[in-house]
Amino acid sequence: MNPRRRQVLGWGAAAAAGAALAPGLRLVELALARSPEEAASKLQRWGLLIDITQCGECDACVTACSDENGWTGHGRAETDVQWIRKVSLRDKRTGYAQTLPLMCQHCEHPPCVDVCPTGASFKREDGIVLVDKHTCIGCRYCVLACPYGARSFVHEAVEGQKADVPRGKGTVESCTLCVHRVDRGATPACVEACNKDGGKAMAFGDLNDRDSAIHKRLRTEPSSQIRADLALNTGVRYQGL
Amino acid sequence: MRIAAGITAAVLTVAAHADAPRFKIERGEACVAPVAEMRRDHMKMLLHQRDRTLREGIRTTQFSLKNCVDCHASRETGSVLGKDGFCSSCHEYTAVKIDCFECHSPERQKAAAR
Repeated sequence: MNPRRRQVLGWGAAAAAGAALAPGLRLVELALARSPEEAASKLQRWGLLIDITQCGECDACVTACSDENGWTGHGRAETDVQWIRKVSLRDKRTGYAQTLPLMCQHCEHPPCVDVCPTGASFKREDGIVLVDKHTCIGCRYCVLACPYGARSFVHEAVEGQKADVPRGKGTVESCTLCVHRVDRGATPACVEACNKDGGKAMAFGDLNDRDSAIHKRLRTEPSSQIRADLALNTGVRYQGL
Repeated sequence: MRIAAGITAAVLTVAAHADAPRFKIERGEACVAPVAEMRRDHMKMLLHQRDRTLREGIRTTQFSLKNCVDCHASRETGSVLGKDGFCSSCHEYTAVKIDCFECHSPERQKAAAR
């Protein structure tokens, strides 16, 4: 780590500690300032809170994800990869229509991890569910196991990958919660885009930290999980569903 | 054993061969480990680093593939692959296929260009 960055992070941590009036107890800021040599920890559980009453017709989150992670379609819906998509819901009787972004829900008990025969599909200590493409054999069991249809198989050769997001034909991939950004203290690209160009419907944070904004909202406002009946304890929560 | 010794000798004398791979080290003044160690063990370093980074989220740059590419990519092509590329020239010479760049970017990031 270069000294300048360390210094900036130090200021950030000091400012956060000052703001909280309880030095060392603001886990979010400590986590955001996690140094590169420090491993992801169980103390955090990263998640999203999506207020779909604020979610409009735009697709800023999808575009931002595609730009950030370098995945694009080839106009072949059957085989194109898709890390995040907008889903439209309409009540047939009343005609009430809603739209929401759907991506990997980063479950506490992920079915994709249960079924993976090689251990490629795994959950990081901080709750982010990922695919280790070094060991993925492309069997696609996880694609079938995921109740959210969040995983994609890469059918076609990939070129021009982003340096932080290696991708290759013959492996399965899905939303990584922008793990490369989270590890340097930033928020996922979809959240950033939604708050800049979209309806400010998406929030990112540590579900374990009582002082985080996301924890406060989950504690005081109604929210739901998609397919809560499966008891997967998803890291992505919705409001207004 | 004799084969291993032969291979070691061949590696050590690689520079002496007329048909030895030609490549530019680019920013070669200070690598992350001594040259002999890098030649012998770079794959082990990358293997361990890959698991630490992906599985544990440890993102030190010392042995990261991105760091290798940022220093060693060609000034002309911006890549470690291609003719006389830093990775490809030796790997073609020794007939060792690398899969790294099936998924990873072989190109230097713009931000790191110096």
